[in-house]
Amino acid sequence: MVLLDFEEPVGKLLNQLEKIKEVEKDSEVDVSKTVEDIEKKIEEKRKEISKSLTPWQRVQLSRHPDRPYTLEYIKAITKDTFIELHGDRTVKDDKAMVGGFGDIDGQTVMLIGQQKGINTKMRQYRNFGMANPEGYRKALRLMKLAEKFDKPIITLIDTPGAFPGIEAEERGQGEAIARNLFEMVKLKVPVICIIIGEGASGGALGIGVGDKVLMMENTWYSVISPESCSSILWRSWEHKEEAAAALKLTSSDMKKNKLIDGVIKEPLGGAHIDKEKAFASVKTHIKKYLKELSGFSGQERIDNRITKFSEMGEFVED
Amino acid sequence: MGWFNRFRKGITTETKDKKEIKEGLWFKCPKCKNVVSIQEHNENYNVCECGYHEKISAKMYMDIIFDEEEKIIELNPKLRSADPLKFVDTKKYSDRLKATQEKTGLNDAISTFHGKVDKQDLVVAAMNFEFIGGSMGAVVGEKISRAIDYCIDKKVPLMIISKSGGARMMEAAYSLMQMTKTSAKLTQLADAKIPYISFLTDPTTGGVTASYAMLGDINISEPGALIAFAGPRVVKETIGKDLPEGFQTSEFVLEHGFLDYIVPRKELHDKLSLTLKMFNN
Ligand SMILES: [Zn+2]
Repeated sequence: MVLLDFEEPVGKLLNQLEKIKEVEKDSEVDVSKTVEDIEKKIEEKRKEISKSLTPWQRVQLSRHPDRPYTLEYIKAITKDTFIELHGDRTVKDDKAMVGGFGDIDGQTVMLIGQQKGINTKMRQYRNFGMANPEGYRKALRLMKLAEKFDKPIITLIDTPGAFPGIEAEERGQGEAIARNLFEMVKLKVPVICIIIGEGASGGALGIGVGDKVLMMENTWYSVISPESCSSILWRSWEHKEEAAAALKLTSSDMKKNKLIDGVIKEPLGGAHIDKEKAFASVKTHIKKYLKELSGFSGQERIDNRITKFSEMGEFVED
Repeated sequence: MGWFNRFRKGITTETKDKKEIKEGLWFKCPKCKNVVSIQEHNENYNVCECGYHEKISAKMYMDIIFDEEEKIIELNPKLRSADPLKFVDTKKYSDRLKATQEKTGLNDAISTFHGKVDKQDLVVAAMNFEFIGGSMGAVVGEKISRAIDYCIDKKVPLMIISKSGGARMMEAAYSLMQMTKTSAKLTQLADAKIPYISFLTDPTTGGVTASYAMLGDINISEPGALIAFAGPRVVKETIGKDLPEGFQTSEFVLEHGFLDYIVPRKELHDKLSLTLKMFNN
């Protein structure tokens, strides 16, 4: 398990636990009481840490290398019924954006999301979860397919941004994202968007227009990453902690500012500590909101979507 | 309003007026280094004879586009940013706003007007680049939204003149959501079958490109304008190579299929008028 700097106290306890378990293997000594004590301490330590997490630490958690990515969520939530569909029908199949049909307890849904790689080779293959225009157009194609057959859409968002490359610019990265915003507003079927990791700017928003936009507890969502914000506004990379705080990018701040609809609690220490629990929690939320959204007509959902996003933004008029 | 330069009247300025130019008021073209008097430069719509289009203000565009100054109505001029995040970087955002408002005489990065182009109604939402780089915050989103409501109500076509570095970072996710907000409102304009002309001027980048600027019924631009999602600096850093000649210019974007036409500023009025006629007649 990879430990982040602020998790060091937990790391020490985990080491102790491992040593004691080895002692148990090698001898007949009953260590169950000690194991129990240490496990309790670990939980207490995790609670203590989670209570005082800074925005920057949440950003670190959102990028934790052990954190589950989109396909892992999809497989767990659809109990391996996922049929992946490929290609934008124009240029190519973008490996940074995945999508397809899956079954959630008898209901077919379209699941779409950015996919990060799980090791060095796969990170390259997935382009670090940074989609090209093809990715956004593939996502839109799948959304239209879902709409045609009246299937709800679930998007899982986890991206450091839309890819800023030469080909991406040539093929209209800006247009691709803009088109998705416009078309997603008009989708007749229910749309639920969940930030499961990084929600970086337009690249996240390009699949982020929904009836319900939810953030997992330890994720971030903003117009720019704290690092880039630091480099632009402070003209140095050194102010990422301050930038993270200033941007109000955590799930709780985003909910408080009414820019998202809800927060999905994570297992103590983060989604990667107890993946099954995280998957179950996401699934519960999806089912709850699908039920709620099925009570509206397509037009009502569209009107509510427009009203919701139109009300975002604070200004004064005198 | 009194702020009109009257470019188009300027063309007919008699030579005796030209002599009144104060010394030192010269324009040096950054592209070809040619030097002309400011007045001559103005009379040429701030376009150098080499074709270089200097950035001009929203109000100068109104001067070019609309028939009569007296009949132009400015919509929602009093909207100002509320600084909901109490954002502080090296400066307080609230101080930055105040200073920019004082310096520019503008309330935010967009101004919206209703006027006539050869007697045809048009609402123009024009971005003010001199206001924090024309960055898009909540005021930009709200003024575009209200302009769209106005267009639907009065059945008047809309033109947005984009000129922006992208999102207003000091409004963080509020700024991001203006992309969705404006796109959502544009679906209503589309449903009402009201024409929307997106005019992308130098520069149009970031979240503005990735929302309303690319969503016109027709997208038009000026020669040599920078149009991008990721700016050239970011792309260069990402790929670690020099960028091809002409990358992300309006000509490049036209060639790749994302613009309908490029119009020199001198021909803007007439071409716009003709375009509107196509929708109106
Ligand atoms: Zn020149």
